[in-house]
Amino acid sequence: MDWTWFHRFGSPPHLYRIAGRLMPWFAWPTAILIALGLYGGLVLAPPDYQQGDGFRIIYVHAPSAWLSLMAYTTMALAAGAGLIWRMKVAHALAASCAPIGAWFTVAALGTGMLWGKPMWGTYWVWDPRLTSELVLLFLYLGYMGLRAAIEDPQRADRASAVLAIVGLVNVPIVHYSVEWWNSIHQAPSVMKFGKPTISWPMLTPLLIMFVGFTLLFAALVLVRVRGEILRRERQSRWVAEVVAS
Amino acid sequence: MTGAWSAARLVVERDLRLAFRNRAQLLHPLLFFAIVTTLFPLALSPEASRLRDVAPGVLWVAALLSSLLAIEFLFRDDAQDGTLEQYALSGQSLTWLLFAKTVSHWLLAGLPLALMSPVAAYGLGVPTSAVPGIVASVALGTVALSLLGAVTAGLTIGIRRGGALLSLLTLPLAVPLLIFGAQATARAIAGSGIAGPMYFLAAFTVLGITLAPLAAAAAVRISLE
Repeated sequence: MDWTWFHRFGSPPHLYRIAGRLMPWFAWPTAILIALGLYGGLVLAPPDYQQGDGFRIIYVHAPSAWLSLMAYTTMALAAGAGLIWRMKVAHALAASCAPIGAWFTVAALGTGMLWGKPMWGTYWVWDPRLTSELVLLFLYLGYMGLRAAIEDPQRADRASAVLAIVGLVNVPIVHYSVEWWNSIHQAPSVMKFGKPTISWPMLTPLLIMFVGFTLLFAALVLVRVRGEILRRERQSRWVAEVVAS
Repeated sequence: MTGAWSAARLVVERDLRLAFRNRAQLLHPLLFFAIVTTLFPLALSPEASRLRDVAPGVLWVAALLSSLLAIEFLFRDDAQDGTLEQYALSGQSLTWLLFAKTVSHWLLAGLPLALMSPVAAYGLGVPTSAVPGIVASVALGTVALSLLGAVTAGLTIGIRRGGALLSLLTLPLAVPLLIFGAQATARAIAGSGIAGPMYFLAAFTVLGITLAPLAAAAAVRISLE
């Protein structure tokens, strides 16, 4: 089998061009899907019988929370690929995922807190999902902190890759420990929602938002990885040509 | 060439000998633990019943923070004088040698902490019946913590003023240990069985023994490049 197409991804100028060409193909569907999803979620979907209009924040909250995890997984997988095959661009990809994933985590936490104020009467409760999102944010910050602290870029790539993989093993453990911890400590006075039987007019916009946010993540990563490649390759001639043209 | 077992024994013996020649460094984390657990009654209240309620949390947070102090020294001197490089070049498995180093680190930091925790617990109004449970949970939890610390300390070798970064890297990963360790301690104080959380701690320790030395060796190799 011919693997040249795969190996060409390892070449920074090639990936730079590909990422630039692919970006609009992600950006436009993102804009359309998020617009559709928001219209469906904020206007068309009926209010919840219990939470009224307050539930509508789920259309931003749930996709952000999903992407906070997906970005971490992508980052760790890219970091692993960089470690195993010594691909420079894989490390660049991992480095671009981190801040985006961290911001999605912040968005999930922020919207969760805004939802909590009317529902729980307070911005913060030690709800298991909020707590594990917070720990995830610390993991992102640790990753970026380690990257920033090591001066040699190659060492920074490889050390942070090890950390990302250790974190990937740890994320599910943290999640389930926190859930277990919460089941012991949480007083039953907090509203307990069962598995919601969500109706189709509510669910469809949510699914659209999930796809839209995932494409948004892909588009943001493509933009960021281009910047990252340019920064890393700034000494090389092809970057000078790109900048000059 | 030296066999794997004797190589590990030599590493442990060397670490122990060096540590006992420089006892102050051994004592500092323990003193820190004693001081932190002393601060809580001063900050909260001297009432035994209130202290007993917060005792598991106080003990475990203090144990976590003082272990962190000890982890900072895990590789520092060996990285500075080139011993780690010698380990990496020795032809022995670096994974294995670092595992031995983690064992000696636990003997020097985790075990003394476990032995000291009943004293701190007693000061917090914990009944003596809880002592075996507390010692067992701290002893087991610090094994996993030493293993985890070997990875994060390996990653931060050579970073100037890496102490704060080391905490940022280690503490989020140590959340499960804190949860189950404090739970075991709370159950020991309440007089109910501690088997459940202890099994979880044991599971983390086994997972740590399996994976952490590999990750630590990778981290140290990267840091030595």
